[in-house]
Amino acid sequence: MTEPVISASDLSLTFQTGDGPVHALKDVSLDIAKGDFVSFIGPSGCGKTTFLRCMADLEHPTAGTITVNGVTPEAARKARAYGYVFQAAGLYPWRTIGGNIRLPLEIMGYDKADQSARVKRVLELVDLAGFEKKYPWQLSGGMQQRASIARALAFDADILLMDEPFGALDEIVRDHLNEQLLALWAKTEKTIAFVTHSIPEAVYLSTKIVVMSPRPGRITDVIDSPLPRERPLEIRDTPEFLEIAHRVREGLKAGHSYD
Amino acid sequence: MTGTMARIAWPLGFGILVLILWEAAVRGFDIPPAILPAPTEIWDAIQRSTHILWIDWVQTVVKGALTGLILGAIAGVLAALAIDRVDFLRRGLLPVANFVAALPIVGVAPIMVMWFGFDWQSKAAVVVVMVFFPMLVNTLAGLEATDRMQRDLMRTYSASHAQTLGKLRLPAAMPFIFNGLKIATTLALIGAIVAEYFGSPTKGMGFRISTEVGRLGIDMVWAEIAVSAITGTALYGLVALIERRVTFWHPSQRRG
Repeated sequence: MTEPVISASDLSLTFQTGDGPVHALKDVSLDIAKGDFVSFIGPSGCGKTTFLRCMADLEHPTAGTITVNGVTPEAARKARAYGYVFQAAGLYPWRTIGGNIRLPLEIMGYDKADQSARVKRVLELVDLAGFEKKYPWQLSGGMQQRASIARALAFDADILLMDEPFGALDEIVRDHLNEQLLALWAKTEKTIAFVTHSIPEAVYLSTKIVVMSPRPGRITDVIDSPLPRERPLEIRDTPEFLEIAHRVREGLKAGHSYD
Repeated sequence: MTGTMARIAWPLGFGILVLILWEAAVRGFDIPPAILPAPTEIWDAIQRSTHILWIDWVQTVVKGALTGLILGAIAGVLAALAIDRVDFLRRGLLPVANFVAALPIVGVAPIMVMWFGFDWQSKAAVVVVMVFFPMLVNTLAGLEATDRMQRDLMRTYSASHAQTLGKLRLPAAMPFIFNGLKIATTLALIGAIVAEYFGSPTKGMGFRISTEVGRLGIDMVWAEIAVSAITGTALYGLVALIERRVTFWHPSQRRG
């Protein structure tokens, strides 16, 4: 078996607050293999975003170990091993869409010609060709979020970390973006960790679904999806799909019964 | 276009109305010129003394106010960058700057005249002192104006301090810096004029106002006031215009 891309063992993170310690994560262990699409699902406070932020070295675990590409998250961050997509697009309003996508490339020192080629390529990838010169506020929310995905794809990171990227969008736009994301994943062969609280979204996208529950934040179930990698939207009406969705729902319920 | 025209026409028409009422009141009630000269008399004084007004304007506005404004604004922004970078300065320099900002201009001006002489240099120094603090405070607030997600994004790119500053925090701070600059513009003109009350060569707007008051040349005082008001408005407008260019992306400036 090949080395996992992301590997966590007995990972814990405790925040000290005025009301005493909050266990955002407790003894979380998980391996993510290369090319996996892993979804993290659970109610608020279950630590799914915290877990993702630990992978990105935006949060520091208080116990346990985690490696990304075989090294510490900090080393992985400094090696620019991952692209991160946040809940909101977070595009800089003083830069055009093209300028926003160019931002990481400028910081990482890509040369000018390469920058332009990459901007063009990823804009096509997320279906935004022709919007390079527009400013973020001139675009719809869905288009802004696609631009922010393009920004994370512009440089050569093998890992894509996505924190509820479509949470603020309506169902139809979301369906469309989910489909596009799967196509992107197939094309780029990246390893994706994806936080969501939508069951259909998690089941539709993932090769592996991680169900989490709060107080303390922990993993209650890991489901390896039997669905094929090629997935039309209609797959959501098949018995296999509904069966996985049911198991996820049961897992979420079980997590809730603790409080 | 009609929108722009209306925006200019309304205040202009209102201003003209005020001038007409003013003229009528002075004539109708026979107000002595020493108390309040009519607008036409002020206009006469402006035409009679264009040369003197020009010399005074260069001395006070260009040499005193603008030099001080530019130096003070640059110093304020640089100090903010230093305070932002070095925590020791935040704890030490910021309270001192706060203290300096509380010094009354009528106390600072004579001291600056003693230090830098009678000419415009001492006036520019007074303006630097006045302008420094609002620029410092506004720039500091601007540098804090990014949200966590924007800073996290830079962190995921493993961006250096300088890159985060240049590509995120300074652009985000621009609306605040321009707010400071607008305040500073007004302060600079006041400072340069008032500072001349405490010693100056025989030219300058403040010098002229204080001596003409003594000679009861009230029309000349009003002429200087008119020039300084127009200058102040024009400077403010210029800063606002540059602001619109630089911070076109900000919700308060966006159009379409």
